[in-house]
Amino acid sequence: MIPASASPSEIDRLFRQEYGRAVAVLVRIFGDIDVAEEAVQDAFTAAVQRWPTSGVPPSPAGWIITTARRRAIDRLRRESTRQDRHAAAALLHAGDEPAKEDPVGDDRLRLIFTCCHPSLSPSAQVALTLRLLGGLTTAEVAHAFLVPEPTMAQRLVRAKGKIRDAKIPYRVPSDAELPDRLRAVLTVVYLIFNEGYAASSGDRLIREDLCAEAIRLGRLLATLMPDEPEVLGLLALMLLIESRRCGRTTSGGDLVRLSDQDRSLWDRDLIDEGQAIVRRCLQRNQPGPYQLQAAINAVHSDAPTAMTTDWQQILQLYDQLLVLSPSPVVALHRAVAVAEVEGPAAALTLVDDLGLTGYYLFHAIRADLLRRLGRPADAASSYDEAIAHTDNVAEQTFLERTRQTLLH
Amino acid sequence: MTQYLLSVYHPEELTFPPEQLEKVYADVDALNSEIKAAGAWVFGGGLHPSSTATVVQLRDGEVLTTDGPFTEGKEHVGGFWIIEAPDLDAALEWGRKATRACIVPVEVRPFQDEPE
Repeated sequence: MIPASASPSEIDRLFRQEYGRAVAVLVRIFGDIDVAEEAVQDAFTAAVQRWPTSGVPPSPAGWIITTARRRAIDRLRRESTRQDRHAAAALLHAGDEPAKEDPVGDDRLRLIFTCCHPSLSPSAQVALTLRLLGGLTTAEVAHAFLVPEPTMAQRLVRAKGKIRDAKIPYRVPSDAELPDRLRAVLTVVYLIFNEGYAASSGDRLIREDLCAEAIRLGRLLATLMPDEPEVLGLLALMLLIESRRCGRTTSGGDLVRLSDQDRSLWDRDLIDEGQAIVRRCLQRNQPGPYQLQAAINAVHSDAPTAMTTDWQQILQLYDQLLVLSPSPVVALHRAVAVAEVEGPAAALTLVDDLGLTGYYLFHAIRADLLRRLGRPADAASSYDEAIAHTDNVAEQTFLERTRQTLLH
Repeated sequence: MTQYLLSVYHPEELTFPPEQLEKVYADVDALNSEIKAAGAWVFGGGLHPSSTATVVQLRDGEVLTTDGPFTEGKEHVGGFWIIEAPDLDAALEWGRKATRACIVPVEVRPFQDEPE
């Protein structure tokens, strides 16, 4: 077979695609994240020198892992002779651990659970997951979360230090612990997705990248844990939200509300994939918050026009969701469905009882209901409240624009 | 194996009614036996109130002795265990049992490398 020659961008793509797998295998082999990261970095440096002329080997991941393991062992041997206990420990750990390629993904699953261990702060969990499994550079993670790079670097160093010193294990939790621990993993993945989606500010490309990364992690989890309905639910939810990306903003970057979106811009492939997963979840009949939110989004995706949306079904799904996760924010979203089924007056009564006065969406939804009830002055002051309670420029512009239409 | 310090944080003002205190003593005794039976026991014990503490520290090369406690917080370490565990998950399992027995927060913290 003639090896394909590799351009730098092809190697970049492979780097992102294979980084998590390679690091996870090397962490298993050496029992140390820093050793693993350094080794994989070394191997990619070697690949950048070699592949443009020699071509990409038949199994790039296999080559990277084998090369990384060999180079790490060489390095550790040099260092352990200088009485570096860490190097000696990593070398000992490597013992005769085979450099398997992680074909079933167990290594990555273990590493995700380590990154999302509850003894790490949520911000550290997110950063570690993006860095180690997503292959984002420290600079990219810092940029995505609007944190100075040295701050992010320090956060990562501290988190890795805690994993090493407190001995957070690389292990898929036992059945007894699994529900709690899995919930933490799903929270991290959805946080990454939302950070990309909400685009509160920052570089647009990096943010789209975050959504793509969250979906990639979601797919990985769905492959590795196909019997966990909430894992599937989260993947479906992200796919269905992502399917509307092109319809969600104008070419000028202005937000377009769901009811006004050009539905021909929605990504049919993502919708089909998301809806198929929702149907599988329904058959399984073990509903959870992510599955229900996915189902709500699937109903929206089903409607050819906003007018034909099956709000009755959406309301029923919100009723179920409110039982499983009784929070004022869920109740607020449910009220939007109530407005469509029973009218804005009934919805306003529900919303007013929630008293989420610090949350911009509370004011925005209230404003819309007041507008529909023919109370433009009250609506205008609610829009003002909404604008005052969000830092998101796109949301502010959208609310300002909607507020102005009241006066005409 | 790594050794972990399980510190029991006791709010200074907190007092338990006698029957609750008896239950805490009984539960802690039972936990001590369990830790020993599991081979995880290194050391442990309860402390007198922080008002009994004395602080010694260096000032200009001289050792100064003052009334304690050192930190002026509302919570102080009221007791601790040192246990041995293969990893943090195992140590946290003891920590969970400890906080259930003591009904106050417990901090789990690893020791530096085991003595050789």
